[in-house]
Amino acid sequence: FRIMAGKVKWVTDIEKSVLINNFEKRGWIQVAENEDWNFYWMSVQTIRNVFSVETGYRLSDDQIVNHFPNHYELTRKDLMVKNIKRYRKELEKEGSPLAEKDENGKYIYLDFVPVTFMLPADYNLFVEEFRKNPSSTWIMKPCGKAQGKGIFLINKLSQIKKWSRDSKTSSFVCQSSKEAYVISLYINNPLLIGGKKFDLRLYVLVSTYRPLRCYMYKLGFCRFCTVKYTPSTSELDNMFVHLTNVAIQKHGDDYNHIHGGKWTVSNLRLYLESTRGKEVTNKLFDEIHWIIVQSLKAVAPVMNNDKHCFECYGYDIIIDDKLKPWLIEVNASPSLTSSTANDRILKYNLINDTLNIAVPNGEIPDCKWNKSPPKEVLGNYEVLYDEEMAQSDGPDRDLRSRSGQSTGVKGNRARDSGKPVLTTWK
Amino acid sequence: VSLHNPEIKLESLKEDIKDFLKTSGWEKKLQNAVYSELNVFPSPCHPAAPPEHMKEPLAYMRKAQGSWEKRILKSLNSMCTELSIPLAQKRPASEQKELLNKWNEMGTDEPDLSLFRPVYAPKDFLEVLMNLRNPNYENGEQPSFRNHLGLIQVPLKVKDIVELKEDFSELGLNIGQLGIDDSAQVPPEFFENEHIHVGQKVLAEQDSAAAQQYVRQGCPTALRADLWALILNISNQPEDILYYEQLKSNVIQHDLLVDSLIYKDVKLTASNDDYYFVFEDYLYQVLLCFSRDTSVLEHFTYSSATPPKSYIQGKLGMEEYAVFYPPNVNYNSFMLSVAPLCFLYHEPSKLYQIFREMYVRFFFRLHSISSHPSGIVSLCLLFETLLQTHLPQLFYHLREIGAQPLRISFKWMVRAFSGYLATDQLLLLWDRILGYNSLEILAVLAAAVFAFRAVNLMEVTSLAAAEAVLADLSTLKVMPLLQIFLFATVT
Repeated sequence: FRIMAGKVKWVTDIEKSVLINNFEKRGWIQVAENEDWNFYWMSVQTIRNVFSVETGYRLSDDQIVNHFPNHYELTRKDLMVKNIKRYRKELEKEGSPLAEKDENGKYIYLDFVPVTFMLPADYNLFVEEFRKNPSSTWIMKPCGKAQGKGIFLINKLSQIKKWSRDSKTSSFVCQSSKEAYVISLYINNPLLIGGKKFDLRLYVLVSTYRPLRCYMYKLGFCRFCTVKYTPSTSELDNMFVHLTNVAIQKHGDDYNHIHGGKWTVSNLRLYLESTRGKEVTNKLFDEIHWIIVQSLKAVAPVMNNDKHCFECYGYDIIIDDKLKPWLIEVNASPSLTSSTANDRILKYNLINDTLNIAVPNGEIPDCKWNKSPPKEVLGNYEVLYDEEMAQSDGPDRDLRSRSGQSTGVKGNRARDSGKPVLTTWK
Repeated sequence: VSLHNPEIKLESLKEDIKDFLKTSGWEKKLQNAVYSELNVFPSPCHPAAPPEHMKEPLAYMRKAQGSWEKRILKSLNSMCTELSIPLAQKRPASEQKELLNKWNEMGTDEPDLSLFRPVYAPKDFLEVLMNLRNPNYENGEQPSFRNHLGLIQVPLKVKDIVELKEDFSELGLNIGQLGIDDSAQVPPEFFENEHIHVGQKVLAEQDSAAAQQYVRQGCPTALRADLWALILNISNQPEDILYYEQLKSNVIQHDLLVDSLIYKDVKLTASNDDYYFVFEDYLYQVLLCFSRDTSVLEHFTYSSATPPKSYIQGKLGMEEYAVFYPPNVNYNSFMLSVAPLCFLYHEPSKLYQIFREMYVRFFFRLHSISSHPSGIVSLCLLFETLLQTHLPQLFYHLREIGAQPLRISFKWMVRAFSGYLATDQLLLLWDRILGYNSLEILAVLAAAVFAFRAVNLMEVTSLAAAEAVLADLSTLKVMPLLQIFLFATVT
């Protein structure tokens, strides 16, 4: 494992101080895109160009980028759902115990995405589902947008008439993927704290998909709505009640710039343990880790596991009032904007720890390395799942959950879902 | 089990009743209630002592508290006159309806609070305490190392480290603690599992005294809410819920000046706090009810304070229209002692009762002038004495640069560290307050924090710089600090 002379040359097209400060503190040298670079922190638009067939970009062994070429298999709402559905069906076909269903036909272990349909493609299927439960609320989300843009809630079929495939008046030119929507069953019984709705933002670093190796950042946070939650239909239009995106909440009257409506995950843990008990809290966090790993396993077969790539995802999870976690979406480019001082510190440390894992020793990378960093450099990351470890039946690295301090990652499990043994986190 | 039994004989009636009390659980409840009262009752004193002496034996302390209360009331009254707002008035019906509707989200209200100012700041209170003097004590000497270099100049008896070690013996190095021995590096078999097991047994037995002993080593998070309720003897009976609802309707019906002060303080403090902002709405509910809770007056038989009383506008002198103001009208500190409880109790009436009990047992002592060992005066003196005795160089240095240590630590103690420590650490600290039935641990922790940061503090040259070194306590782990200070520091 060589030590190459010279400093890492970096490029970015995202002008954020939390990034740039981290590069500079490592003594890395900024270069332009057309020069020889070792590390490029790209926006998702740029990654499309880098790996597109036309440009014929070829990365050399000493070059690393921060996205996988087809990350959208996980980070586009429609593709994520498609991949998870496919994964479940495959498991079912091979008779895996993970794909077990209950008496209502729901997956016991793999039901973690709210019922979702693509529009307009699955419009009729959606209508069938809607009619089973006509008082339900559904959430419409444009596939290609972020930050809560274009999202709205519906509780009547008439509100989405224009996505109907048979509609003669449908003037949709949404053949382009930008205009495609997903519609999901809205979780109208979210767990409330202090009467307010919140969601969880967790950071997950993937260094390789095959074998799957992923890390969970211990310092995730909850994002609270500033307005009291109500499922009342009269407030369906009030996005301040329903959408937790900071980009939306920021514009509310009560948005606070000191804490930014954010709570640490350890606060959440403390609150839940104190009011609900330790077992159910541990179970909740175990389930959260489970669904993250399952979502990654679902896309692993279709991911271009390019050795020049790593990726830090922002997972959005909602907990309902039965303490069941739901995966809402995965972001390829989690916001690096800081809304508060604490935020800035958190994101700075996040990038720092990410770089320590992705670019070992801060030196010029060599893509042939085994992507197995020593424990000491993990910083605030914990190993979430290491497929290689799991398959070699290595000693159980049991990172027990501790109240108030960590997210309780259960570490490596010595069983893999490929084997005919029921994988549980306990 | 019942006493409705025709076989019961007169001869064995006494025994039968005793057995019945045992098996029905009433014996335990009675024991808990008595134990609870014992915690609050002052120790018996001379039969000829007048009632004020039971409250507070030192005349000069009583006088000082009286003047302080007068000053607060005067300040309140002048605010009322300035703003042309009565201290108390009945709400018009439409306003009542509106308030009832938004009872659960008062945080979104935006009343104009710019004209209201807090009645006093912690440093005003500190000034009053600094000026306390015992008229019977000849204090002509200049402060020196032979007497006292700190800000508090009254000769109250405070404990030294030897006595503290004895009192807090369960915090010793050989004894398992939550907050130390449950960290990720320690296998749970060593202490944590067994401790949790014992805690569950204590709860099953519903024994207040055992619970109080148990929490000295800390509460497991999942058991804390129930353990505290057991120690404080709160069971949230239907009559308690009803009482809370009555208070709530008092709030709806009458508007008090202090309501605006409460709003303002909560908005300024909790709404901006990283941990507590989520519970803003609960804080309004609890504090607005509390300020109308005349049952709190009962506790004043144990305190030297006499709360200012006012009457609903137009009903001067009519007792049923009286409202009282708790001695600490600066809700800043108040509110911070409610907020951590929101992590444990989400049912409003239970949250309310726990807070009220914590207030009448402990927190009121932080806001009134008395000679009680857990009173703020004693705590300040204890802090200064510990520091002067064990870190004399540091104490002297800080004093020389105009940074009297108490000026920095006062705000921590007066708020029982709420708003300064991370919540999980704060709860571990409050476990010990309940376990030892004393606030002295606040002074010990304050001294321990200074000891911990001593190296940096020795290098500062101004009060502002000293404040900066001690500005952020959110990363501190309280139990190791306490243990090291009490049991591992060479004296």
